Amino acid sequence: MDLNVLWFWIIAAMFIGYFVLDGFDFGVGMSLPFLGKDDTDRRVLINTIGPVWDLNETWVIVAGASLFAAFPEWYATMFSGFYLALLLILLALIARGVSFEYRHQRPELKWKKSFDAMIVVGSAVPALLWGVAFGNVVRGVPLDSNFNYIGTFFDLLNPYALLAGLTTLLLFFTHGVIFVSTKTEGEIRVRARALAIRSGIVTIVVAASFLVWTTLAYGTLASGILAAVAAVALIAAYLANLRGNERTAFGLMAVTIGFAVLTLFASLFPDVMPASNDVANSLTIQNASSTPYTLQVMSWTALIAAPVILLYQGWTYWVFRKRIGRAHIEAAVH
Amino acid sequence: MNEWLDPLLLSRWQFGLTTVYHFLFVPLTIGLVTTVAIFQTAWYRTNKAKYLQLTHFFGKIFLINFAMGVVTGIVQEFQFGMNWSDYSRFVGDVFGAPLAFEGITAFFLEATFIGLWIFGWDKLPKGLHLATIWLTTVGSIASAYFIITANAFMQNPVAYQINEVKGRAELTSIGELLTNPIALAAFPHTIFACFMVSAGLIISVAAWHLSRNQHLETMRPALKFGLWMMVIAGALTTLMGDQLSLAMVEAQPMKMAAAEAMYHTATGANASFSIFTLGTPDGVSELFSIRIPYLLSFLSTHTFDGTVEGINNLQEQYTQLYGPGDYAPIIWVTYWSFRWMIGLGIAHILVAVGGLWVTRKGKSPKTWIWKIAIWSFPLSLLAMSVGWVFTEMGRQPWLVFGLLKTADGVSPNVSGLEILISLIAFTLLYGALAVVEFRLILKAVQKGPDDAPVPDPVSGEIKQTTTVY
Repeated sequence: MDLNVLWFWIIAAMFIGYFVLDGFDFGVGMSLPFLGKDDTDRRVLINTIGPVWDLNETWVIVAGASLFAAFPEWYATMFSGFYLALLLILLALIARGVSFEYRHQRPELKWKKSFDAMIVVGSAVPALLWGVAFGNVVRGVPLDSNFNYIGTFFDLLNPYALLAGLTTLLLFFTHGVIFVSTKTEGEIRVRARALAIRSGIVTIVVAASFLVWTTLAYGTLASGILAAVAAVALIAAYLANLRGNERTAFGLMAVTIGFAVLTLFASLFPDVMPASNDVANSLTIQNASSTPYTLQVMSWTALIAAPVILLYQGWTYWVFRKRIGRAHIEAAVH
Repeated sequence: MNEWLDPLLLSRWQFGLTTVYHFLFVPLTIGLVTTVAIFQTAWYRTNKAKYLQLTHFFGKIFLINFAMGVVTGIVQEFQFGMNWSDYSRFVGDVFGAPLAFEGITAFFLEATFIGLWIFGWDKLPKGLHLATIWLTTVGSIASAYFIITANAFMQNPVAYQINEVKGRAELTSIGELLTNPIALAAFPHTIFACFMVSAGLIISVAAWHLSRNQHLETMRPALKFGLWMMVIAGALTTLMGDQLSLAMVEAQPMKMAAAEAMYHTATGANASFSIFTLGTPDGVSELFSIRIPYLLSFLSTHTFDGTVEGINNLQEQYTQLYGPGDYAPIIWVTYWSFRWMIGLGIAHILVAVGGLWVTRKGKSPKTWIWKIAIWSFPLSLLAMSVGWVFTEMGRQPWLVFGLLKTADGVSPNVSGLEILISLIAFTLLYGALAVVEFRLILKAVQKGPDDAPVPDPVSGEIKQTTTVY
């Protein structure tokens, strides 16, 4: 098999891992003002992702590094081209990450509330901007013959990309809220389910429009089928949540996000960054990639490491599988 | 105005700022996680409460510090593409692989098991829980190895060939890349220096409490541990630093010449090492200095009659080899950072040896001695920082030595204004977080360890509490 093709899909898989996992972290972060009535509630929410947010966030580091190694030109074009958008993502991720660690270090409510605000903003900004970034990748951006982006920051804020951003924002929000309903007990669990029912409707409308737009404007037969699977999974997740099958709903949300990412990658293939001004300047899986030797080394590494990684990460989720509630927070020291 | 919006200058400042900042947290993470793992192992084996108290106490400081290391690390990885896209295109085929290895093998391990360690006290059996902190340690040390092999390629490019058509370096041997002689010396040098930073923290904290005559039952063993750790890690850091300078003279003779600010090639006794120099502001001529004859010859070649090439001679060679240009780094930076690194390193070892002497057989030293010891942590961190400033500034004007100049690596399409915005944003956010971080660590340190846990009267077991954010 052509290693360039393989690595294109491995990169897709890594971004699926990142969006499915950090996606619900973002959702939990954004849900603080909706679900957290008091400090104990907000602590319950944050503790649903306490042991795992760091490992979830590491997926973006691994995805970024793998992109660098397998498709250096893609990495260089995308990261320099989306400079200010990525700056905002970085600032948000920094603010959010330290807030988890800092907010419980002091007892004053004012202290905690300012870090809560940083968690909310720090979750919403990347949830929106990752969608905007990938929307622009699929839509194509103006590139010169050295593959350098020649547009401006405001060119990135076009309707299609903004819809993509709104889609990821809502998908992650609902995904996170459903995650809360699977991980908590008591009143907060009930509230989470009810919120997911409300946000689910909006999510379905927005995500469906985005998938239709993608399929009509940039899609292929294959990407259309993947988009349909994503849409069906999203509706099924909504119905499962309506019936109170929280875990099924959560699983189906993960499927939705996974297939939405696959839709984008299938629309791209075999390009990785299409040039909107001149097809000759497009980056493809061939002209953006590393040498066969480097890809081969990387393939062996991934092949050996992947099962081990999935095993210990899966085990972590199993260790922290129990639901938590207000009683757990009140019983704990700190 | 335009001079201030030079993308190259601003990108260099941003990379310097964010990297130095990131590397304030990393050494403490690497050193402390190892230390905490050792304390927890001691508790596991002896069941003595003091070791559990020390595990929790230094564990808490470790965690306040850890989050900063993680989030500022993401910036590092994104920045290559954001600010140095031409560099990324040039080296990606070679440089990307160790970064990907770092993520796949080390970061995942570290990030997963740290979560298990923090929140797993009451959920995992004692032995398994101990294993989680050791796996975190393995992850953090492995990440250092991969990033140093990547850095070593910039200092001493190996295992590549140049593809003229694509205009880039291409990997020819992963084994050779991962055994770059610079990396093999720089990795242990850096890791042992991380242990020195951690030892410095323990010494500072213990000295502060002991000078107030409090928490004696935990802080006395902590001090002893810190002092021994400093002496051993200090000796090993020195040994490995010596290996590194041999490899450096081989790969980057200009860096060694710049470390000594030596303009003319010298041999034997003339290849002296100056401890202190006062020169004219342009750095070309010398007014006063204290010198040790033969020492530079020994450091560079391990012989007393070796020849060390001077800046002017190298400049001439490089001009012939690479074309016209200035091939020397900023001499006062390399000269003084090299001295501060070595000077502070040696001072730490001496202070630690002295500390072991004055506290022998449970003796209590005088107050002024504690006051010196308290400086161990900030100064060991400073030594670490100036060491990296030396390594990276000494590489200039090259981004990848002999292959790509720094000026040719910067993103051509990112404007000076955009970089100015990001530089200001990082400076403000990092500054604010530094204040919060410093206060939190200070508060945790001053509070001291929690009281000894009370074992269950029947089983004798200590009940582990649930950790929550």
